[in-house]
Amino acid sequence: MRMFRSVTIGQHIPGDSIIHRLDPRTKILSAILLIVLLFVVNGFAGYGLVALAIALVVRASRIPGKFVLRGIRPLMMILILTLALHLFMTDGRVIFQFFFLKVTWEGLVRGLLMGTRLILLIMGTSMLTLTTSPMQLTDGIETLLRPGKKIGIPAHELAMMMTIALRFIPTLLEETEKIMKAQMARGADFQSGGLMQRAKSLIPLLVPLFVNAFRRADDLAIAMEARGYRGGEGRTKLRELQFQQHDLVALFLVVVFSVLVGVFF
Amino acid sequence: MTEPLIRFSDVSFIYTKTHGGEGLPALKDINFEVFEGEFVAVLGHNGSGKSTLAKHVNALLTPTSGQVVVAGLDTADQEKVWEIRQKVGMVFQNPDNQLVATTVEEDVAFGPENLGIPSAEIEERIAAALQAVDMLSYRLHSPHQLSGGQKQRVAIAGVISMLPKCIVLDEPTAMLDPAGRSEVISTIHRLNKEEQITVLHITHHMDEVIGADRVIVMDEGSIVMQGTPRQVFSQVDLLRSLHLDVPQVTDLAERLRNRGHRVPQGILTVKEMVMLLCPSD
Repeated sequence: MRMFRSVTIGQHIPGDSIIHRLDPRTKILSAILLIVLLFVVNGFAGYGLVALAIALVVRASRIPGKFVLRGIRPLMMILILTLALHLFMTDGRVIFQFFFLKVTWEGLVRGLLMGTRLILLIMGTSMLTLTTSPMQLTDGIETLLRPGKKIGIPAHELAMMMTIALRFIPTLLEETEKIMKAQMARGADFQSGGLMQRAKSLIPLLVPLFVNAFRRADDLAIAMEARGYRGGEGRTKLRELQFQQHDLVALFLVVVFSVLVGVFF
Repeated sequence: MTEPLIRFSDVSFIYTKTHGGEGLPALKDINFEVFEGEFVAVLGHNGSGKSTLAKHVNALLTPTSGQVVVAGLDTADQEKVWEIRQKVGMVFQNPDNQLVATTVEEDVAFGPENLGIPSAEIEERIAAALQAVDMLSYRLHSPHQLSGGQKQRVAIAGVISMLPKCIVLDEPTAMLDPAGRSEVISTIHRLNKEEQITVLHITHHMDEVIGADRVIVMDEGSIVMQGTPRQVFSQVDLLRSLHLDVPQVTDLAERLRNRGHRVPQGILTVKEMVMLLCPSD
């Protein structure tokens, strides 16, 4: 039962390309711009340009295209549903009719547009997570949120929470596996039965897992305090993020591209 | 005589309701001193108060009555708490629950980051600390890829990167396999000898006590014995009455003595026993 072996956190693929070396803040901001752009643009020409830009980024990152496309698979159902809803629910020129279901020309266009938008959205944002390690992502979010501290956004605390979560996911998975084996050795059955039955059989797994997680949290809090942790105040970092010239260039290009595409398409 | 690094004077501690206890005293009139560079072992079975004692050294707990002074600082002084915690590092029992970051180097950096050390110096401290525990080649590993003994050594590195005067280890080997145990024990002995770091090692394994300069034996919140390992282990009957074992070789010596052989008190290591039984070697 090595079911949790294959679990990787995030989907980061280490590399040394230009895209990998960009500051995480550059990449986060670009991803946000992309999302906004995709909702502003409404037409195949604009999407075509965005698709081209994403293709260039994928190329520059030297990540095999299939990894980028793989991100779409879990959202296949949503894609099909979006397409179907638009196909059947839009009024307009009827292409063909099957009892009460009618497919319209306008529906087809809208459905395809929406589908393309979703696919580009996923591909674009997965370029962020594929080329940025979770730690860098956390650091990036922390520094981006830092100005928000004045209005009460706990930037450091959020980042610390994310770091600890990342640190403990593998530990908790290991523990889940251990408890599962222990319960199975006592005759627990996690695999058979209906949905309710199986949900119920998870209780003897979840209870010890949660109890232990709380104990861990307690221990960790004491250990952190013992090592002089007292929040973000007066803390330095092993590696400060450095916004370099190529970040400035990249961000400039992204902004210019977004504005141009956003205005003209 | 120089001022001791750690001094407990008449320390008592009662876990109150807020601590989750029921008002029984966990420490009763504890008095002892630890001097710089010493390796002191604290011995006791479960519930003898040895962990409570450990938490008093770096102000995680403060005495209900009495006084704990560390490097001239009173632990009850709220303003000195962080200074004390820099001077006294602490390593805990569970290797999984004390590593904070997702890579070894980030974890070792955690303490210095809290102290506000500049990045360049943190970098140097990480290298030195990992070198000292012989884990430099694991710098970029993530904690869950390491064995228990390795995790504990990283935890030790995380403490010495803060450049403490003293390390308190609260049963650091209790959850490790024999190989992990000996890794950790030899590491702390080496730190004590080579880096002159004072060590307060809390344990219930007799074998781990033998190399210490001094042993403090605790029972029900009080110190019942104090002395060199040799002095302590020559009182086999008293140790047994405290539900503590003696090292195997000492036990053998005791049995031989009871059968009328002339075996001196206080034999601690296999080597000493061999020398005694086969003097020609």
